[in-house]
Amino acid sequence: MTPTPRRVLVVGNGMAGARLAEEVRLRDPEATRFAVTVVGEEPHAAYNRVLLSTVVAGGITPRDTRLKPDGWWAARHVDVVTGARVTAVDPAARVATLTDADGTERTIAWDELVLATGSTAFVPPTEGLYAGTPGPDASLAEGVVAFRTVDDSSRIVEAAESASTAVVLGGGLLGLEAARGLLARGVEVTIVHPQDFPMDRQLDVDGGAVLTRVVRGIGARLVLGQLVTARHPARDGEPAHVVLSDGSAVAADLVVVAAGVRPRTDLAVAMGLDVDRAVVVDDRLATSVPHVHAIGECSQHRGEVPGLVQPGWDQARVLADVLTGADADATYEGTSVLTRLKAHDIDLASMGTVDVDVHDPGHEVLAFTDPVRGRYAKLVLRQDRLVGAILLGVGDAAGALTQLYDTGAAVPRDRLALMLGRAVTRSTAPDTVNLAEMPGSAVICRCNTVTKSAIVGAFRAGADSVAAVAEATRATTGCGSCKGAVDGLCSWLRSAEPGSAPAEPAQSTPDQSTPDQSSPAPVPAPAALTEGAA
Amino acid sequence: MTTRTTAGRTADTTAVPTRALGGGNPSEPQGQPGVATHCAYCGLQCAMTLTGSTAQDLTVAPRRFPTNRGGLCQKGWTSAELLRTPGRLTTPLVRRDGELSPASWDQALDVVADAIVRTQAAYGRDAVAVFGGGGLTNEKAYQLGKFARVALRTSQIDYNGRWCMSSAAAAGIRCFGLDRGLPFPVTDIGSAHAVLLLGANPAETMPPFLTHLVRAADAGGLMVADPRLTPTAAKAVDGGGLHLQLRPGTDAALALGMIHLAVTEGYADRRYVAERTSGFDDFWPVAAQWLPERVERVTGVSVTTMRAAVAALARARDTERGAYVLSARGSEQHASGTDTVTAFIALALVLGLPGNPGTGFGTITGQGNGQGGREHGQKADQLPGYRKIDDPAARAHVAAVWGVDPDDLPGPGRSAFELLSALGTDGGPRLLMVHGSNPVVSAPDARAVAERIASLDLLVVCDLVLSETAAVADVVLPVLQWAEEEGTLTNLEGRVLRRRRALAAPGLCRSELEVWSELAARIGCSTGFPTDPRVVFEELRRASAGGPADYSAVTWERLDAGESLHWPCTPERPQGTPRLFLDAFATPDGRARFVPVDHVGPAEADDADYPLVATTGRVLQHYQSGAQTRLVDELSAAAGDMFVQLHPDTADAAGVAEGDLVDVVSRRGRTRASVRLDDDMRGDVVFLPFHWAGDGRANSLTHAALDPTSRMPEFKACAVRLEAVS
Repeated sequence: MTPTPRRVLVVGNGMAGARLAEEVRLRDPEATRFAVTVVGEEPHAAYNRVLLSTVVAGGITPRDTRLKPDGWWAARHVDVVTGARVTAVDPAARVATLTDADGTERTIAWDELVLATGSTAFVPPTEGLYAGTPGPDASLAEGVVAFRTVDDSSRIVEAAESASTAVVLGGGLLGLEAARGLLARGVEVTIVHPQDFPMDRQLDVDGGAVLTRVVRGIGARLVLGQLVTARHPARDGEPAHVVLSDGSAVAADLVVVAAGVRPRTDLAVAMGLDVDRAVVVDDRLATSVPHVHAIGECSQHRGEVPGLVQPGWDQARVLADVLTGADADATYEGTSVLTRLKAHDIDLASMGTVDVDVHDPGHEVLAFTDPVRGRYAKLVLRQDRLVGAILLGVGDAAGALTQLYDTGAAVPRDRLALMLGRAVTRSTAPDTVNLAEMPGSAVICRCNTVTKSAIVGAFRAGADSVAAVAEATRATTGCGSCKGAVDGLCSWLRSAEPGSAPAEPAQSTPDQSTPDQSSPAPVPAPAALTEGAA
Repeated sequence: MTTRTTAGRTADTTAVPTRALGGGNPSEPQGQPGVATHCAYCGLQCAMTLTGSTAQDLTVAPRRFPTNRGGLCQKGWTSAELLRTPGRLTTPLVRRDGELSPASWDQALDVVADAIVRTQAAYGRDAVAVFGGGGLTNEKAYQLGKFARVALRTSQIDYNGRWCMSSAAAAGIRCFGLDRGLPFPVTDIGSAHAVLLLGANPAETMPPFLTHLVRAADAGGLMVADPRLTPTAAKAVDGGGLHLQLRPGTDAALALGMIHLAVTEGYADRRYVAERTSGFDDFWPVAAQWLPERVERVTGVSVTTMRAAVAALARARDTERGAYVLSARGSEQHASGTDTVTAFIALALVLGLPGNPGTGFGTITGQGNGQGGREHGQKADQLPGYRKIDDPAARAHVAAVWGVDPDDLPGPGRSAFELLSALGTDGGPRLLMVHGSNPVVSAPDARAVAERIASLDLLVVCDLVLSETAAVADVVLPVLQWAEEEGTLTNLEGRVLRRRRALAAPGLCRSELEVWSELAARIGCSTGFPTDPRVVFEELRRASAGGPADYSAVTWERLDAGESLHWPCTPERPQGTPRLFLDAFATPDGRARFVPVDHVGPAEADDADYPLVATTGRVLQHYQSGAQTRLVDELSAAAGDMFVQLHPDTADAAGVAEGDLVDVVSRRGRTRASVRLDDDMRGDVVFLPFHWAGDGRANSLTHAALDPTSRMPEFKACAVRLEAVS
């Protein structure tokens, strides 16, 4: 006897919804326990929204954003319905109404409902942005694109073919990425941002000032502290343009709106769920109505509404554990958010609490500011733990720091090493340090464990060239890379102990593809010889 | 996107791109004083000349050869010490009244043969098992496989190479259709301006290999992915190259992130992908989800560094200055090792490197005959010539060479760790013969393995010295070592080399070939086990003919004449194949395969009780389990005692300081080591070398989670804590 599979209906085929379907299948690969249906409004298979700015930048095509290969969902018994909306849900009867693009309606029964409806781009009701009356579902005027979907990215790419000027509304993460992409396509770009510096939610004042210089440095115009008050299409020989709050005009063949998003909660509201800024969920991703769950950007967990993909993926994993019983006690505790700008010439990471004064008594704050070179680093520590950071133009350290932030491990005591992401002093190759100051026990030839003392001893016994030292000690006879150091040591010894033959016969060391580029070490005071040979 | 031409080349596989010509004289010397042979130890097989006629006066000198270019490391220079060590076994030993006591060969062989017959009669043929080694010559590796299948007729044979090359081998076969460590001569690397090393530390493991990295290092194009700032990584950094200091076990994520960057930032060779590969369309969605910023959080390698590494490879490719991606044990010895190497091959494929002159992907083979040893049948699922034992055509061919009925050949047996774990259990082997391996020290979760070994009815070990495994054996048979025997080995680039005898056998030592011949005769196989290695090689040629690793046109005469022969070397292709895949890959459609793989991470996560990740590796002075090199005073003195390398903050937190003894503890065991502080260590990682035994045995800690494809254990990542020794 086979029990009837439980029916899971996922509303939304974005990155969170699709991931949930995948996670459920990982726990029920043969689809014996759960029937999964995913309904998506867009006409496409699930895609990776994070990659859309790369599509705009030209690195990949819209097809490259597919989350899974063609046929993957069907092969795993996930029923994907595209181009359809769930227009009504009866939580008591546990049925949903689907409306296809052509208006056809049908009902679908479910046992567990997951809202993953995501967000919509916010487009302000500014004159000229909408084709008609402004509103959440109203269409935008020609030449205006809200940057949200894969079709939006195609529209931007298409518009950039003919546009020579573009205005990006919003200097947040998405706005900057869109601007970077348009610049790469040869479009003159102006970013209009109402705050004093871009990415104001992820930066502090100083970091924002450095980023402003960097953004301008890559060729974007950046207008701060102003709003677009109107947009006018090309007319009567006058080019398309926007008007700023100070009354000035900026040419804009294309307007890209990246002014933030709004969680899609209309269905949840209609169902009578508890909705604040988004659908309120608990640690098990449950809404206020039994058997109804919410994940991703339409959800609000402990007051946080996700704006990046990682929380949605973490939630999908937990909810799949809960729904399938794989880990019935699984809870979602939140995701530490890390923002990283995707633009190959702006290396920016921001995490945690960053707007803390350097002298704040409750924190330890480290900062490094190098505006001319576009670098800014700020680390916020509390009790030796990294609780926030801004890393602009200092990407080398980002790997170590993000892991310290994620794990909550104690940071290295060497704070300079912490900022650089590596130890400040480390053993360098012997031929790059002062041979005189090196202790006698220092290994010059690693391949044969030959110390400075051994070489000095060989020299005094008559080995006055690299070849002779090699003969006596085997130094340089492994990989050969210490040849420069041995040569330098011989030169030093010759000058420190006059009378030695200066001869340098043919080498017996391994061939080197390139000439040895290390230069002999500086000639030291003879006194060092004693120390070195000790 | 690049528009580099990827049109197929003509069939002249010996053609060499002029800029890729390495230095060195490829021929073996003739008529010079001394005996021209190759080193006793690693897979680089440095050429050396032995002079002298007795073990006491024998001297070693490096010899110019393309692979080592006249260099030798300290192990090579001191290798003659092994010939005269007081620890050398010179007489058979049989355990009597609990003690290993000298015996005659007849006595010892009778004990073994009687036990084999008795055990198989009582418990079946698979109750006798064989464990081989990657240091055995081609002839011995071949003959051991034949001895198991034809004389013992057991399926229970595997070898320590399972713990070495199996993940890279499985991935190579999966993606290229063929596994040859370097599918190009090692000297090709010497001309490259960009080389990415993945979990490779040749500065310590095969020092003369570094001569081939000088150009890349000087060009700032040497890049090393390793949890530690090894001497190799330091060399990269000193030259302006990169150190990708990843968390152990996150290699696959690193590969996927670099692929992501290669594609999204326009470094992919789309034309190559379209013309020479298959499967990218299904592969990309996985890499697409490994956003670089997500990879950064998982690996600890910054996006900046990953981007610079990809750009350096692409730049070297585009300017025809040579770009190579090379993996080694650090990225391969994981329970996800096959998928990890598959992902790195995919990176090389996205960049269009494999199968083109001057660029490529390879794996750096470790053991002395790690290449040849994995081709000729000492692997559980394999027959000579790199044939599959479950392939009827392969069975028929090999059975014909062996003069047996194909149906009498056993099928696939257990993999190395599974074999050792089954010892003495219900249905598991009760008698084990070990050749050229020291699993008591080298096995993962070695404490558990040692218990299994102790439960055997009879353990027979063939070795030169009383290794930790030999010390617990019931019968120990003294065999020949490198300077005392003739044979062939196949080096890391698939070139067949001659090993030559400089000394007569000491004491009562005999070749394993004689051991197997004697034992076979005693259990009823009086023919088929010649003792002359040259005769065995002639048979190996025939057995390998038509297989992937085809040696049929390789002869000792040609090798002795100094010819440079890389397999496949066949009558149709008598000059061998220094560079594989130039025309086509060894897959049915000739295309390299993208295989979708994901990052899964270490099998054992760190937690509050075991908050650190331990990783294992080598020091320059020691080889493998250290059974040989620990007997060489100069090496032992230089290497010091067992140590654990860690960051000063990590040591502080554990309450230990430089030089203190500390116990490193995992869920499986503990290892005592002296503390060695290193500012460049990651705070969450400790490193242990695996060359010591007893309390200092690193493998008491390691985790035997196995790769689903290669059955490689997870040597390179396990969760541990530190306990100060009061």
